[in-house]
Amino acid sequence: MNALVAARGGAALFAVLALAATLWHGIDGRGTALAFGVLVAVGELVRWSGAQEREPAPLAAAGALAYALLGENGGHPTHDGVPQVVAVVTAASLLGCVPHVAKGRGPTADHLTRRVLTVGFAAVCFQPFYGLGRAGRWPGDGPGYAALVVALLVLTALWDAVLAAALEHARTRWPFGPLLRDELRATLGIGSAVCATGAVIALAVAVAGLWALPVLSLPLLLTQLSFRRYAAVRATYRQTIASLARATEIAGYTPAGHARRVAALSRAVGRELGLSGPELTVLEYAALMHDIGQLSLVDPVPAGATACLAPAEQRRIALLGGAVVRRTGVAAEVAVTVERQADPYREQPVGARIVRAVNAYEEKAREAGPGGSLGALEELRLGTARDYQPEVVESLARVLARDGLTSPPVG
Amino acid sequence: MTTAVDASLGRLLDSPGITGVALVDAVTGFTYGVAGDAAEAGDGAECAELAALIAPLPAGPDPYESCAGPARGSLVRANLLRRPGESGPCPPGAAPRRPIVGRRVRATGEGRAMRSVPPWARVYVVCTALGAVSCAAPSPGTRAPWAAVALFAALCAACELLAARRSAGERRPDGTGAPAEGGAGLGWHTPVMLAAAFLLPPPAAALVPLPGALLARVEQRPRGLRRTWRAAQLVLCTWAASRVHWALGGRDAVVTSDFPYALVAAGAAVVAFCLVLAVLDGGILVLAERVPVRVARRGLFLRPLAPVAVHGLAGLMMAVLWRSPYGPAAALLVLLPMYVSWWAFAQYHRERAAHRATIRALVQAVDIKDGYTRGHSERVGRASMMIARELGMDDERAEALRFAGILHDVGKLGVPTRLLRKDGPLTPEERRIIELHPEYGHEMVRGIGFLEEARSAILHHHERLDGSGYPYGLKGCRIPEFARVVAVADAFDAMTSTRSYRRARPVAAALAELERCAGTQFDPRMVQAFARALGRQGWHPAVTADEPPPHGRPRLPAPYTPVATEPGARRGTAPGGPRP
Repeated sequence: MNALVAARGGAALFAVLALAATLWHGIDGRGTALAFGVLVAVGELVRWSGAQEREPAPLAAAGALAYALLGENGGHPTHDGVPQVVAVVTAASLLGCVPHVAKGRGPTADHLTRRVLTVGFAAVCFQPFYGLGRAGRWPGDGPGYAALVVALLVLTALWDAVLAAALEHARTRWPFGPLLRDELRATLGIGSAVCATGAVIALAVAVAGLWALPVLSLPLLLTQLSFRRYAAVRATYRQTIASLARATEIAGYTPAGHARRVAALSRAVGRELGLSGPELTVLEYAALMHDIGQLSLVDPVPAGATACLAPAEQRRIALLGGAVVRRTGVAAEVAVTVERQADPYREQPVGARIVRAVNAYEEKAREAGPGGSLGALEELRLGTARDYQPEVVESLARVLARDGLTSPPVG
Repeated sequence: MTTAVDASLGRLLDSPGITGVALVDAVTGFTYGVAGDAAEAGDGAECAELAALIAPLPAGPDPYESCAGPARGSLVRANLLRRPGESGPCPPGAAPRRPIVGRRVRATGEGRAMRSVPPWARVYVVCTALGAVSCAAPSPGTRAPWAAVALFAALCAACELLAARRSAGERRPDGTGAPAEGGAGLGWHTPVMLAAAFLLPPPAAALVPLPGALLARVEQRPRGLRRTWRAAQLVLCTWAASRVHWALGGRDAVVTSDFPYALVAAGAAVVAFCLVLAVLDGGILVLAERVPVRVARRGLFLRPLAPVAVHGLAGLMMAVLWRSPYGPAAALLVLLPMYVSWWAFAQYHRERAAHRATIRALVQAVDIKDGYTRGHSERVGRASMMIARELGMDDERAEALRFAGILHDVGKLGVPTRLLRKDGPLTPEERRIIELHPEYGHEMVRGIGFLEEARSAILHHHERLDGSGYPYGLKGCRIPEFARVVAVADAFDAMTSTRSYRRARPVAAALAELERCAGTQFDPRMVQAFARALGRQGWHPAVTADEPPPHGRPRLPAPYTPVATEPGARRGTAPGGPRP
């Protein structure tokens, strides 16, 4: 938690200092400051409330970056220093966040922390080069300048990814490496659109003045819209998969909440083992649907505990499940994971190893009643010669130790 | 113009309804999805309507392309799906018709449908191509900026090929891949064409889309004709935009960054672009698809206006940066957001197709358990949709109602298979267990956010108007509207399909039975709406899945085409409604 507090405190201090310096010196280029402030505020207003997205407010981010990298406005050099840039962006972001905070949608503190630190980074990097350019020691205009802006934005994007991963790491204690990898991958998606628009706005304002702001906002809004719809359909899809998973519970084949608990625990173990975002999604879907093969059984397995069945029977149910999963249109990897969940671990893909171990743990721990999880872990450890991968079992033990050895509540 | 676009985008942000979907798709340049998915989802009437709405959308300017040209593909699809007697833009004998099949219509079917191109359409395409050649021919005495033309053309072609490759790579073997196979006619390279139109003299600008259009992959025959048409159309549109822009002095405004005026000129160019697109598309719709003129005209101009306007803004900025000291490389950056939104859009469609497949899997799981209700769910979904349309519900609610119909029996997953398949009469105990299925179903779909109102239909579809139904014995208007609709659709399909304990009844007899029970069991308003819808569209049931029925016995209800109402239709005496 200390890193989190330090980052937030640092950002707040930086913003307050910048505000104070700006108030002290007064604002240069009021028109430009106002225009960018409005852009950032509007961008924040239309940000989407689904908090899981890497960049919830692309328009605001692009506007803020463009302002940080602004050297000219319609052919006239600008004199907005680092403090003013940070102050304007902070004020506008705060203003744009007000309705979201009022409605209690989405976490705002981390979002603002990232915005302030990223914009500050971009501005601090840019100003010395820009000073050199004005002194004539840098090929001021032309493609060289554009290349400089793009290079700085790439640097900023990297910094932002590191920052986001660090904040996430501090909050959740998940391993840093995979988090950073996920952040970098997300940077290739909407992050690249944000950076490109930031660069284009900075350059276009230099050529065409402030008219460039509304003209370039619309294509980015379109991008945001596309991403929002993509996110919405992904969420719906996930809910539907979870419903399908619940079918076995309602049919009385498995105990209530089993699929969801296995999915949550599998995801945690997958994170602990350093799986990436898409792999985690495959793992989660497979874990949700791992028991679906039981729907084809005429008589339910007692308490749905497949881990206690004969291996051949387990494998048959797994194959049946894979056949059902293949019909659902999910990625083929999910079906493979479900199919292979009963194989010895050396023949399994990593997802199936996790699902197998977690499922066995869940069933054994449930059978043993309260306090049964230590015994269940012990049983898994005894099975590491053939059935369960030792690394997976140890990750599971670590995850359980961290979360207090309790099953997640049924809700 | 900017304000108009603003308003339009604002509306889009507010309303995620079907119209919004269609328009946003158009904004991104991919209009394939809606009608295509509707066809996939198996609602023929809905599909036809949607396709009629969207068909004139020239996002894929090639009327022959089915995969590469989104809009036309849907139209062809709609023609294939449409049946005689249905109102719609399909003239008799235009295309071989297939009965509605819940699954997707295969591309090969479309290919066959389009193989015979009417001679007038060929003449039309040749004329368009000649017009394009005459536009692109450089007038003597002017020097074309060949370097810029080559750069723009290469860029355009690269964008198109990249889009085609990405979507080809993402296509899944089971056909649930990205929708925009082959890249749409107005894909994310439209800004490049428009930027060229803003910068180059008209004949030079007209050359820019040529290589891309000629190189693009065309999947449907006749390939040469399709390619020619596509290239000619893009050439003419770009030429028109460039001509208008040039005449207004927009080029100087772009070069000197004279800003409000550059927007005016660009707006005029965008309007010209859309006008030419609309005229050409209208022509091909009338000649090749034999769509009546008044239908073809609908939305041809207005629909692409918003997307092309947004692309025009990006193109304008490309043009400004291209001529700025920063050079063409900076202009390329404008394309990145366009590409990213195109990518997100393709992902969206992939995910949506997968989602539909999952819903289908839920339904199929019920079918596996309950053998004799094969295809029942889809048919109830379709009948519910017919009632919803007749009641004038908006698209979003109608869609939700279709899902309610499809999923109404999903709770049967929780009922032991032995009971569902039992042939003899049920004991009171067994009946009580079976009667739990609405509650099971409600519980199962609890987590699916978008179903909201549909969940009530799943819970209450066995309630009766007089309060003698289950699970809660609700009365009259306390039963949710969706549930009253699904109850009628469910009973109708149960009566008109063969079950193990009795044979199917004719549609007219089933309708009479519904009317007899209206007021006690069913809501008369729903029954009347359904009767009206049946009278207009008929009833053309089909199974959901492609594989043959497991028991080899034909279980399909007979199709029904409305005739004059039969006076004194037989009144059934058997208890109406489905077995629970």
